[in-house]
Amino acid sequence: MSKSPNLFIPAIGSSALVLWTAFALMDRDQVAGGVDTLETQIGQVSATTTAATLVAGGTPAEPAPQIDKRYGLGRAAHPEEIAAWDVDILPDGRGLPEGSGDVWTGEEVYVDYCASCHGDFAEGVDNWPVLAGGFDTLGNKDPVKTVGSYWPYLSTVWDYVHRSMPFGAAGTLTVDETYAIVAYLLYSNDMVDDDFVLSRETFTDVQMHNADGFVVDDRAEAEYAEWRAEPCMENCKDTVEITMRSVFLVETPPEGGSNSVMNPAKVEGLPSFTAEGPSFIPVAAPKAAEAPAPETAEVAAASDGDALLEHGEKVFRKCSACHAVGDGARNKVGPHLNGIMGRTMGSVEGFKYSDGFADANAEGKVWTTEEMVAFLAKPKSYMKGTKMVFAGLKKDEDLEAITAYLASFSE
Amino acid sequence: MDDTFKPSRRAFLRGSAAVAAGSVAGAAAATGPDPLITELQDWTSYTGVGVDETPYGMPISFESHVVRRNVEWLTASPISSINFTPIHALEGTITPQGCAFERHHSGAIELAKPDYRLMINGLVDQPLVFTYDDLERFPRENHVYFCECAANTGMEWAGAQLNGVQFTHGMIHNMEYTGVPLRILLNEAGADMSADKWVYVEGADASSNGRSIPMEKALDDVLVAFKANGEALRMEHGYPVRLVVPGWEGNMWVKWLRRIEVTDMAVESREETSKYTDVLEDGTARKWTWEMDAKSVITSPSPQMPIKHGAGPLVISGLAWSGHGKIARVDVSKDGGITWETARLGKQGDTKALTRFYLDMEWDGAPMLLQSRAMDDTGYVQPTKEQLREKRGENSVYHNNCIQTWYVNSQGIAENVEVS
Repeated sequence: MSKSPNLFIPAIGSSALVLWTAFALMDRDQVAGGVDTLETQIGQVSATTTAATLVAGGTPAEPAPQIDKRYGLGRAAHPEEIAAWDVDILPDGRGLPEGSGDVWTGEEVYVDYCASCHGDFAEGVDNWPVLAGGFDTLGNKDPVKTVGSYWPYLSTVWDYVHRSMPFGAAGTLTVDETYAIVAYLLYSNDMVDDDFVLSRETFTDVQMHNADGFVVDDRAEAEYAEWRAEPCMENCKDTVEITMRSVFLVETPPEGGSNSVMNPAKVEGLPSFTAEGPSFIPVAAPKAAEAPAPETAEVAAASDGDALLEHGEKVFRKCSACHAVGDGARNKVGPHLNGIMGRTMGSVEGFKYSDGFADANAEGKVWTTEEMVAFLAKPKSYMKGTKMVFAGLKKDEDLEAITAYLASFSE
Repeated sequence: MDDTFKPSRRAFLRGSAAVAAGSVAGAAAATGPDPLITELQDWTSYTGVGVDETPYGMPISFESHVVRRNVEWLTASPISSINFTPIHALEGTITPQGCAFERHHSGAIELAKPDYRLMINGLVDQPLVFTYDDLERFPRENHVYFCECAANTGMEWAGAQLNGVQFTHGMIHNMEYTGVPLRILLNEAGADMSADKWVYVEGADASSNGRSIPMEKALDDVLVAFKANGEALRMEHGYPVRLVVPGWEGNMWVKWLRRIEVTDMAVESREETSKYTDVLEDGTARKWTWEMDAKSVITSPSPQMPIKHGAGPLVISGLAWSGHGKIARVDVSKDGGITWETARLGKQGDTKALTRFYLDMEWDGAPMLLQSRAMDDTGYVQPTKEQLREKRGENSVYHNNCIQTWYVNSQGIAENVEVS
């Protein structure tokens, strides 16, 4: 570890350590010497406490739990279990599995799984992360931090794509698909040529653009040294002016959430301050009309009690990263789903469907319960080329519930 | 400025009485007998609700505005997003779980105790798997700690942005945790505890958020926690088990903790390279900026908590905290940092926990520029925005612990501002 963390260990912490040790020793003595009388134990405890108190030079500490004892809890982990969960990749490439992927395969896989959020050219859709470009922007106030411009280790890219992507279907990419996507991302960032094949062997050939762009936390030297000083209490400044007012006013409606509204107010006309107080007292604005008393929100309790719909709502969480349903639902990464049951496939206005759904639309195919169940069970095999990144629902009861849930929302 | 006047102090005090008179409300201003007292009220005559009406009690409906809130446009999707604790409306130091901020990278998951497994592997004598029940058989401790997102106040690097302390400072909560010291679990597996080793921790959710923690910290005060404020963790805070990393940035407090791996180097995961690193003015970035430096803010008055009672006694209330230890002192300024007075601490600060501070004052109705400045027991003094920008520029969104300013006008309305 090249970093020496600036840990603050208070005196009480070290006294507790002394206590832990003392108690651990005491326990072993007791085991060795058989059962002690209560008096002896009390004697030992008080002796230990006194010793610790002397060391701490203050308040007697409470006994701490034994930290260096084996409790014999848990069970040995099976190698298969470790293999299933221990998939992280270290910066030097340790942990990378056997496999490979080239740039062009990567592009195909990327378009299938990643482009709906990150854009066809890794430029990012809406607020989703941009993955390519941004070189020479790190010195700007809004740096564009991409795999190319910012990420210091290739291991991180592989590890993250493999474990946590695609969003909503993490852990479903194969090893080769992962190698291919990462190869494509490197290509998108001009870091490899189009004939590049990424594998465990070629991994170390790649030079990350910003590999040397990081320093280990140096606040202790750069900041703390200066800012650990007795602060000024009086006449610390001559005058204070208000230089900026809040850009957004934030409304907090009773139903929750917030609405940000641009603040039209200007700094002009506000008082400045000196040690004597404000330069002037702005004349009181006309008193705003009394705000209406908050209504006693008697929220009508959901009374349908329909367990199927409730379960469907839960299942829908798996979809909600990309789809909206209900009042005011709009297209997100996927189309909104209001009124989907009984509707012609691929018919939501303003949504750009895959060729498969465009064809289904032309054929006049309709979302019946059977079609929906078949689609959601195995999206990619039901509709070749669908942009929907979702592995599918395995359980029949989930399929039944989601279909019922979707049917409960009309157009 | 024709509609203003330049008052002498004395003239102003007279003037302020008039301002105050208009806004004095309720009992104090009543001219006749108060019907709330003289007339029999329904709640005094009829019976109330019986026990078990709400088997798990929620706040009374009058408090329904005291909730977490998000700012939709900040993120692409609420599933990978943040909301904010209503710190303006809370008092004392403990954050109720139900309104403590949430930050998810792939949504909050429902993980039942019987399905819960915790693995320790890597540089250990014996890789182990624990069930939830196993964890409850190790010795446990109770500690109050704050958990602050590294991006708390992050918007404000670019100047005064969001008008509300909930939104500028609400990515923080403070709870009493019950859990097993990580050290005990490492010892159980026979971990290599030498100082150059690391502990990599990851969660069971789809983001599998993983962070590397140096061994020295792992052995110091990190807890594997399963209760908060006396009850089970909430789903959104990692039920059934989360990591508690006192004083260090919230991202390291891995929720739904499923694996602890002892390694010989930092993993350099996505969350510790591409995110949670601090870009400086020259484009280089600081990494491993784990500790949350001392910080404070006045929670009332603040934009969401205007002064409604006019001139007279006023309680200025605020929060202070430090990831390096205890809060030693908090100073408050009413004139934007020209003059400071030392505030009263609600109770002596706990280490790496929120401390409440108060300044009890007589408000004369004059405008104020309210600021607070925390000092911790390492002697560190909370910096101004200017000091921070001088050192780091404005390219980062993380670790903004600047002194916050509220402009309070004569009507008691407060606004987020920046001052010279």
